[in-house]
Amino acid sequence: MEVARHWRLKRQRYALMGEACPHCEAKIFPPRDVCPDCSGEAKEPFAFSGKGEVYSFTTTYDPPEEYSDYAPYTVALIKLVEGPFITAQLTDVEKHELTIGMPVEMATRLMFEDGENGPLIYGYKFRPRIGPT
Amino acid sequence: MKRRTPNDIYVAGIGMTPVGEHWEKSLRVLALEAISAARAEAPSLAPQALYVGNMLSGPLSGQLQLGALIADFVGLRGIEAVTVEAAGASGGLALRQAYLAIASGLQQVVLVLGVEKVTDRIGPKVEAALAGGTDTDFEASQGTTLAGQAALLMRRYLHESQAPADALAGFSIVAHANAVHNPCAYYRRALRPEVYTQAAKLSEPLSVYDAAPYADGAAALILARGHRLQGDTHYPSVRIAASAVATSTVALHDRKDPLWLSAASQSASDAYAQSGLTPEDIDLFELHDAFSIYAALTLEAAGFAPRGQGWRLARDGVISLQGRLPICTFGGSKARGDAGGATGVYQLAEVTMQLQGRGGANQVPEAKIGMAQCLGGAGSTAATHILVKEDG
Repeated sequence: MEVARHWRLKRQRYALMGEACPHCEAKIFPPRDVCPDCSGEAKEPFAFSGKGEVYSFTTTYDPPEEYSDYAPYTVALIKLVEGPFITAQLTDVEKHELTIGMPVEMATRLMFEDGENGPLIYGYKFRPRIGPT
Repeated sequence: MKRRTPNDIYVAGIGMTPVGEHWEKSLRVLALEAISAARAEAPSLAPQALYVGNMLSGPLSGQLQLGALIADFVGLRGIEAVTVEAAGASGGLALRQAYLAIASGLQQVVLVLGVEKVTDRIGPKVEAALAGGTDTDFEASQGTTLAGQAALLMRRYLHESQAPADALAGFSIVAHANAVHNPCAYYRRALRPEVYTQAAKLSEPLSVYDAAPYADGAAALILARGHRLQGDTHYPSVRIAASAVATSTVALHDRKDPLWLSAASQSASDAYAQSGLTPEDIDLFELHDAFSIYAALTLEAAGFAPRGQGWRLARDGVISLQGRLPICTFGGSKARGDAGGATGVYQLAEVTMQLQGRGGANQVPEAKIGMAQCLGGAGSTAATHILVKEDG
């Protein structure tokens, strides 16, 4: 169990909270306080819209330990509309429907159980976009 | 008398264990075998320090302080020793640290060891440990592994380059063909194209034949400054002409252009600049085919193919032993086996064998200049070394 670690990541996992660089206006996720584009200090909180499109995806049959009970599942690299990529699972979609370029949006879902009878860890996954684009 | 430059740095001895499931041998016993073999090739040289490349002994063996553990176990109690970790690039980084130590003038003779003990654990435990090579807060926590990262890149690569689904098959087929005659290889059998096509998926579109098998193994090198070489080896001298390390982001999602391995490119460019060589001068290239997609991306990053075209080198036979640029000449990670953090040391030992004419059935004719590059994770760390044969 890594209770403090999960707690520390809650703003990202529940609200896609990243940062905006005041110098070059880059949008940053995950937050890192130093802008990867201009190296300036970047601590302004910025909430991402949760909308993006699938850059690539993979259905995994050989999971790490904490995901053993959930395989197979599909992980994607998603290009958020604000610019950055994010790594997240895809949900509410059949495997044969998946395509590169598919519009997706964030949804809050169960990720995994942290150890036997451990806390249930929730966070972001992405589903096909159903709202207005 | 062999020509040597007093201040240059040479490979004075090499040793390798077979890569495989060594149920009967512990990590330290594997280390001893490789080190004993390397020292036997340079009996007059007393190592002043030991640089250990290892990736997984913490999570899989619960063992830290490999430097002290192994120095003591192999009969070198008391010398300076340290472990270097950079996921799959650990061995290349250990070599780099050893090179820097000699180049600094503070040490003259050093020992480099790459060692990995994987098979004491199985399945999900190993996958979880390997996922430590990704960004654990934002990749592994989402269920991604090293195979998952490679699979994401593979799908996008095939999409962008409009390559066929089996575009990368040639990398695995060549690796397996080259391993048949390597006594240190894990999988010493050829791979038929239809077996590749029908293989089970690990992480779609990546199959078991796109992924190097993790196994146990150890490889060791003695490095020495030229003036310390006593002539007690009858092999041609092999000089380290370049040593370069570069880094990129650990997470794929932090890259603007995920299909460009910037660290692989940077370290290769630095190595070319140091040695005054170009890709055209390289007679063989031990690249890091932990996953077949990385072979294609590495060939592009290191200047051997235009972007999106690296896969064509596998299709056109360029990379086979008889081709213009042989790669993975003893099987690479795919078929020699992937001993994790030992990879970079195996590669250097294999390049040395080629340059010294010890390749046997796998000998690359007239090999004078060889390059090795190992990668940590998705090319997050890259170590490139160029070796040059000095005799003849």
